[in-house]
Amino acid sequence: MLEIRDIQKSFGALEVLKGVSLQVEQGDVVAILGPSGSGKTTLLRCINFLERADAGTMVFDGETVSMHRASHREIAAIRKKTAFVFQNYNLFRNKTALQNVTEGLVIARRMAKAEAVEIGKRSLDKVGLSDRYDYYPSQLSGGQQQRVAIARALATDPKIIYFDEPTSALDPELTGEVLSVMQQLATEGMTMLVVTHEMTFARNVSSKVIFMEDGLVVEEGDAKGFFDHPKTERTKAFLNHSNQ
Amino acid sequence: MNERVWNILTDSFMKILLPGLTMTIPLTVISFAIAMVIAVVTAMVQFAGVRGVKQLARFYVWVIRGTPLLVQLYVIFYGLPGLGIIIDPFPAAVIVFAINEGAYCAETVRAALESVPVGQMEAGYCVGMSYLQIMRRIVLPQAMRTAFPPLSNSLIALVKDTSLAANITVLEMFMATQRIVARTYEPLALYIEVGLIYLLFSTVLTKLQRIGEKRLNTYEKKETV
Ligand SMILES: Nc1ncnc2c1ncn2[C@@H]1O[C@H](COP(=O)(O)OP(=O)(O)OP(=O)(O)O)[C@@H](O)[C@H]1O
Ligand SMILES: [Mg+2]
Repeated sequence: MLEIRDIQKSFGALEVLKGVSLQVEQGDVVAILGPSGSGKTTLLRCINFLERADAGTMVFDGETVSMHRASHREIAAIRKKTAFVFQNYNLFRNKTALQNVTEGLVIARRMAKAEAVEIGKRSLDKVGLSDRYDYYPSQLSGGQQQRVAIARALATDPKIIYFDEPTSALDPELTGEVLSVMQQLATEGMTMLVVTHEMTFARNVSSKVIFMEDGLVVEEGDAKGFFDHPKTERTKAFLNHSNQ
Repeated sequence: MNERVWNILTDSFMKILLPGLTMTIPLTVISFAIAMVIAVVTAMVQFAGVRGVKQLARFYVWVIRGTPLLVQLYVIFYGLPGLGIIIDPFPAAVIVFAINEGAYCAETVRAALESVPVGQMEAGYCVGMSYLQIMRRIVLPQAMRTAFPPLSNSLIALVKDTSLAANITVLEMFMATQRIVARTYEPLALYIEVGLIYLLFSTVLTKLQRIGEKRLNTYEKKETV
């Protein structure tokens, strides 16, 4: 459903992605692991064109586009079928929870307001926020804000949702509520590509793991194999380290 | 204070206030409304980095902020007729105040636009919105909230600056006062009187600013959750 071939990206002289390829099938939950600075965020941002890659090809939903030469039109078309959940939520600060969710429907997709509100409420109900429709982001806790962000992602009925460390800005006691929402999405068959430091989540929820270091994929495979029988020394060291 | 001065003051009060209401206020409101349009457009082309137009916007702000308002009034009203362009005092004042205020407010709005976190723009892209949709619905409203207090300041400054229009024969409050002074020879009392009326106008605006800020604050108000 999503295939990335040989994506490369430098910031000035710093080579951040040195040719990364990956494949996500429909219904997959792919976890991207790796030490800080390995290029995980940059990879996700390039995949959704928030950052322009220097080279690479993307096959998304049957369409092939060049990652460095994609036109505005192609990018817009791809974005309408994807959603992004940021580390720091990035909810629209001047909109209520419900408006955050409906904005992409009413404004970007020209959906009738009433229909959008209905979908918006359903999405918020799904993440357990039926009593917070009219709250502004500043009136919500971090965990609640991130759940609104997930509801915003769900509402547009995306083919895939990208998550960039969705719980790492949260207090430890709030990560559970966000992870369980994600887990529920996984059970329902949502396709997700998740950058995370939550090993338990990667092990129990994801179907596939990609381990990155220094702008390259070091190891990838199904989650069970990856955690139980890591192949490379680097992966073993990383897993040992994060088990402590 | 003797009775003569007191009588002059009470007699002149309406004679000063009236041009205040019919000239100073319309001059301020019309100029500021146009200035806001200029400011938002100038700030947006700089923020978006529209090539060419951006340099033009910078040039405009540079020239206007770098020259005295009084000189600008003289150039338009006394200078342009030399080129055969004759503008009546009131429209000439509106043009100068709008262009002058527009340059200052453009900087305010631009700074406010830049203070909106880039994540707001990125989130907009990710839900499928276009650049202009995000500007209109997300970034500009947040920037205007930030810019509201400094823009209110500019408005209050403008009310007082309209007194400079007396120099190009606009019969506003200050010029009305000058005329009464010329007849009565009571400059101290009368100039203090007109000063107090300006103070009254500014006070009303400050009150309105407070009310406006309170209403705009809705989305920033922290409530116990
Ligand atoms: N906009 C940018 N300009 C310059 N350098 C950047 C930029 N964004 C990222 N980098 C650099 O690219 C490298 C990879 O960053 P990236 O954020 O992708 O890492 P990451 O794997 O997500 O790390 P973390 O786990 O800490 O989030 C880092 O060295 C970072 O400093
Ligand atoms: Mg990161």
